[in-house]
Amino acid sequence: MQIKLRYFASLREYIGRSEQIIEADSGVTIRELWALANPDLMFPSNTLVAMNLEYVALAEVVHEGDEIAFFPPVTGG
Amino acid sequence: MLIKIAEQPFDPLRELQDYQDRNAGMSGKYGATSIFIGTMRDFNDGDVVSGMLLEYYPGMTEKCIAEAVGEAQERWSILECLVVHRVGEVYPNQPIVLVSVWTGHRGDAFDACRFIMETLKSTAPFWKKEIIDSNNVEGGEKGSFEPMRGERWVTGNSNGYARNNNG
Repeated sequence: MQIKLRYFASLREYIGRSEQIIEADSGVTIRELWALANPDLMFPSNTLVAMNLEYVALAEVVHEGDEIAFFPPVTGG
Repeated sequence: MLIKIAEQPFDPLRELQDYQDRNAGMSGKYGATSIFIGTMRDFNDGDVVSGMLLEYYPGMTEKCIAEAVGEAQERWSILECLVVHRVGEVYPNQPIVLVSVWTGHRGDAFDACRFIMETLKSTAPFWKKEIIDSNNVEGGEKGSFEPMRGERWVTGNSNGYARNNNG
């Protein structure tokens, strides 16, 4: 299945891309997706994760067509 | 309820007046209007800041703000609510955010406005990339991100992002 990953702000700049499509087996978690997409980069501890525009935990299982976003802590206002 | 993401500078008082005029139905029903306007400073942690780039996550940002307003509507008696938030290039003295709440009584207005603003700040995906005046900061770097409150991300620095040894 194909999953869309997005990166924002300093994380996007550091990784060097804003989005990517990744091929993964069904039943994969977001933590496993990160490792597939970024094998040389440990998951930064302060990074937030959203699935289909909702905050989720790394243990969440992804499904075909999901959009997963990774980003640093937010600072609005 | 109206939530707006503004890519250009906006006039918060005009936004307020326009919204109030368009919602004539609440005329005579509200006894209190609370207004919070966040404005960009020209300093942060002792550095002179000449501007910033406000990034957001289209779709999720509006959703988070709407959820904050929805939660406030459950907790307080709110007649109307307006939130406007800037994105893009912002310069000192320009408004960044407007939160306004119309209610029957002042307690609800004060509390709901504060709640929406604080919830927005901690949940809505916005990120600020500050442009630091390099003449006014030791080792000044332009274009640094601020991934955490009080902590500045600097271009070219690993910033705590750790490489795997097996990479």
